[in-house]
Amino acid sequence: MGGPQSPHRPRRGFSVSRGLWSDRRAVFGLAVLAGAMVVALLAPLLASDPITQRDIVATRFLPPLSSDLHGAFHPLGTDRFGRDVWARLAYGARVSLGVGTLAVLVSLLVGVAVGAAAGFWRGWPAAALLGLTDFALALPRVVLLLLLASLWQPSAGLVILVLGLTGWMTIARLVHGEVRALAVRPFVEGAVGLGASDLRVLVRHILPNAMTPVIVAAALGLGNAIMLEAGLSFLGLGVQPPTPSWGNLIASGRDTLVNAPWVAAAPGVALVLVVMGATMLGDAVRDRLDPSLAVRRSG
Amino acid sequence: MAVLLLRRAISGAAVVFGVLTLMFFLLRLAPGDPARLLVGPAATEEQVTAQRRALGLDRPLPAQYAAWLGRFVRGDWGTSISTGRPVTRTLAEAWPATVRLVGISLVLSYLLGIAIGVLQAMRGGRLDTALSVVTVTLFALPGYWLGLMLVMVFTYQTRMLPAFGAAGFDSDFLTGWERIADRLRHFALPLATLTLIGIGGTARYVRGAMLDVAGAPFVAIARAKGLSSARVAVRHVLRNALIPVVTLLGLSLPALFSGAVFIEAIFAWPGVGRVLVEGVVARDYPVVMAATAVSAALVVAGNLLAEALVGWADPRVRTGHGGGSA
Repeated sequence: MGGPQSPHRPRRGFSVSRGLWSDRRAVFGLAVLAGAMVVALLAPLLASDPITQRDIVATRFLPPLSSDLHGAFHPLGTDRFGRDVWARLAYGARVSLGVGTLAVLVSLLVGVAVGAAAGFWRGWPAAALLGLTDFALALPRVVLLLLLASLWQPSAGLVILVLGLTGWMTIARLVHGEVRALAVRPFVEGAVGLGASDLRVLVRHILPNAMTPVIVAAALGLGNAIMLEAGLSFLGLGVQPPTPSWGNLIASGRDTLVNAPWVAAAPGVALVLVVMGATMLGDAVRDRLDPSLAVRRSG
Repeated sequence: MAVLLLRRAISGAAVVFGVLTLMFFLLRLAPGDPARLLVGPAATEEQVTAQRRALGLDRPLPAQYAAWLGRFVRGDWGTSISTGRPVTRTLAEAWPATVRLVGISLVLSYLLGIAIGVLQAMRGGRLDTALSVVTVTLFALPGYWLGLMLVMVFTYQTRMLPAFGAAGFDSDFLTGWERIADRLRHFALPLATLTLIGIGGTARYVRGAMLDVAGAPFVAIARAKGLSSARVAVRHVLRNALIPVVTLLGLSLPALFSGAVFIEAIFAWPGVGRVLVEGVVARDYPVVMAATAVSAALVVAGNLLAEALVGWADPRVRTGHGGGSA
């Protein structure tokens, strides 16, 4: 963003983190993600109980920034059961961010393992792994998610596993490219010459140098995973109410769009902000590392 | 080129075949006995055993797989558990609606996305920054939420557009222009939602591709020849930047289908996505299986189309010379 790109490429390493602070995208992304994390972690301190409702009739459908008869203040209003929307949003952040983060971790594990193996050991194992990656990329992800959600009882654990197992392909491709390029570098030959085992060379020497683009892909994948978790929960196939997740909050607000539009609007805005934050942070880091590297969004 | 497309068609068929295999084994892995599901909770143990024999579930797994695949390939996809209708008929009615929605929104979001991306790359400065904020916002918008917000504004508050289905209840009594207008009004919100969420990704990608190409030596030469900047941007930069963008077209199809699933669920659009979601919610396995297979086939067909377009846009791919694109 902001004007033409700088003519010289920034160096890798220390300058990456320092340069980030002068990039408004990175500052915005970090601020939003950190804010959401803080809200999720400190939800019990920042908000009231999200599930129980004391007095449905007196406190239902209160608009944002109003107080109920009991004197409790509702910054984002209440839903049709008189529950505080802000409290449900804050507790929903725990579920949505937690599920998204864990799903990305699963993707990272699978993607790094597949990509590293395919890049390091050539021949038919690499061909098979790359074929598998291409196959998985061609699958419509949401369709697969729905299929799995229909076969097993929906739960947070299942959503994590399924999102993770359908999101590793971009990472595998990136790692594969990096590992292949690094495997022929002199320092790797040196490690092999010193008698290090294959696994040691791969894990201790190659992978640490291949991680930076992976982190970018993980940041972009985080936004995607949070959005998909919310989508599944929105359809009633993810995290089940009364546990609040941003997706099932949007779904519950769907029925009260006329009376209380804020119930559906608030979690949606939170979702958009967090996904924007993850995307912009990923963009900023990527531009610092390599302006020509294009990381695509995978479905 | 023909050879390339044939190779792609074969690998596409392999993908569909892989999806079918995956589906079969997922079904077997899943908890719950399909025979018990079919006969219902009140059935006796003998009835369950009989149903299991009728379904062939007592045979070894490879034989079951071969039989199942054979039936699927022949088009015998079973009947819906909840409606009793043949699954093939339900899907035959559904897929044109999905192709219409996804196809038109794909074209629209690409045209708008390319226009915005080119404008950003050419003008730079404040306009670029402002449009970047817009595109990253569109990129981050979940389709189902954007759809709800559009419904809130255009259906509930201003009462301008209908939000449910592909035609009004009275559509059978309408004729001529009124019928077309009714269809278009029902098409407006689903199409707008799917198009808007598609613009962000395309514009971001086009902007990046334009800036990548802008640094190439042939662009400097074109400028040095004294060509106008608009001509350089369109004839030299955009033309080359479009090659990876067309490839992206194929890659973005699965994502677009995913988006369409949610959009169809929100707007009750009578397509494959709605059939799929309703099947999933009702645990109607034959319907879910068939909708998955049709979705995979549509995605593969779209990928083939994108492949053909890349060949048309990039002579290097067509003739097999030089490195392929992206």
